[in-house]
Amino acid sequence: MMDLTVNHFMALSAILFTIGVVGIFVNRKNIIVMLMAIELILLSVNLNLVAFSVFSGTIMGQIFAMLVLTVAAAEAAVGLAILVVYFRNRGDIAVESVDLMKG
Amino acid sequence: MELIAFYIFSVIVTVSAVAVIVARNPVHSVLWLILSFFTAAGMLVLIGAEFLAMLLVVVYVGAVAVLFLFVVMMLDVDFVELKQGSLKYWPFAVLVGIAFIAEITLAGLSREMGQNELFNPMPGAATNAEAIGAVLYTQYFLLFQLAGIILLIAMIGAIVLTLRYRPDIQRQDIAGQTARRRADATEAVSVEPNKGI
Repeated sequence: MMDLTVNHFMALSAILFTIGVVGIFVNRKNIIVMLMAIELILLSVNLNLVAFSVFSGTIMGQIFAMLVLTVAAAEAAVGLAILVVYFRNRGDIAVESVDLMKG
Repeated sequence: MELIAFYIFSVIVTVSAVAVIVARNPVHSVLWLILSFFTAAGMLVLIGAEFLAMLLVVVYVGAVAVLFLFVVMMLDVDFVELKQGSLKYWPFAVLVGIAFIAEITLAGLSREMGQNELFNPMPGAATNAEAIGAVLYTQYFLLFQLAGIILLIAMIGAIVLTLRYRPDIQRQDIAGQTARRRADATEAVSVEPNKGI
């Protein structure tokens, strides 16, 4: 029987990343689900970093995954705050009307 | 054994990731997202990265997913209307997905992978958390500080964005309270007998 290798994790990360990218395109109108798809993409990146770290014997990948986690949390907080302010001013969160300042 | 666990986890994480992007109700999307994060944490435990797994659960499930749930439930949006017409995006999205996975497969197949054995990430350290701490607070200390600054800026940004001053409601006037002296608020009156004030 085969052992667990880094290739398994690479394949899974690629699939997860693709699901996230497809999710951004499918939910063009729903910005909340777009943000969730971005979180999925960051999760797949983290998974890949940690897998490389463990399978190559260096700890740096896990440090970097921690930093990605930090940035993902900051991004979610600021993104959702912008969303709340936008909803308060406009009464909806339709993505089509965000180009309001285009003139 | 590990391989079987990996396949079970990967099926769960893939199914829940697909459910995140196709769910009709965003609340369900958030719940599927939580499931996929939990399963990813399980995978990290499987390959011995326990600290990152716990961090994933604490940060994502404990903070980010709860934030998403809060926002989804607070905003009074007609999500059924938002979902309408999304079918016309599917062909393009599937096209992009196929192109993407083909590119990754080509890139992955074109080179030989190196070490594939499960190594101890930090020989000499008792646990994964100890191994991370040994380098995080020494070699990568500036990165650690930078992460803290990023979080601080994000916190200040989120507060500044959502803070609003509303003149029509009662608010605490802290400066007025602390600037108040006894002489402004009280008055000493000597009351003579049989007379009012």
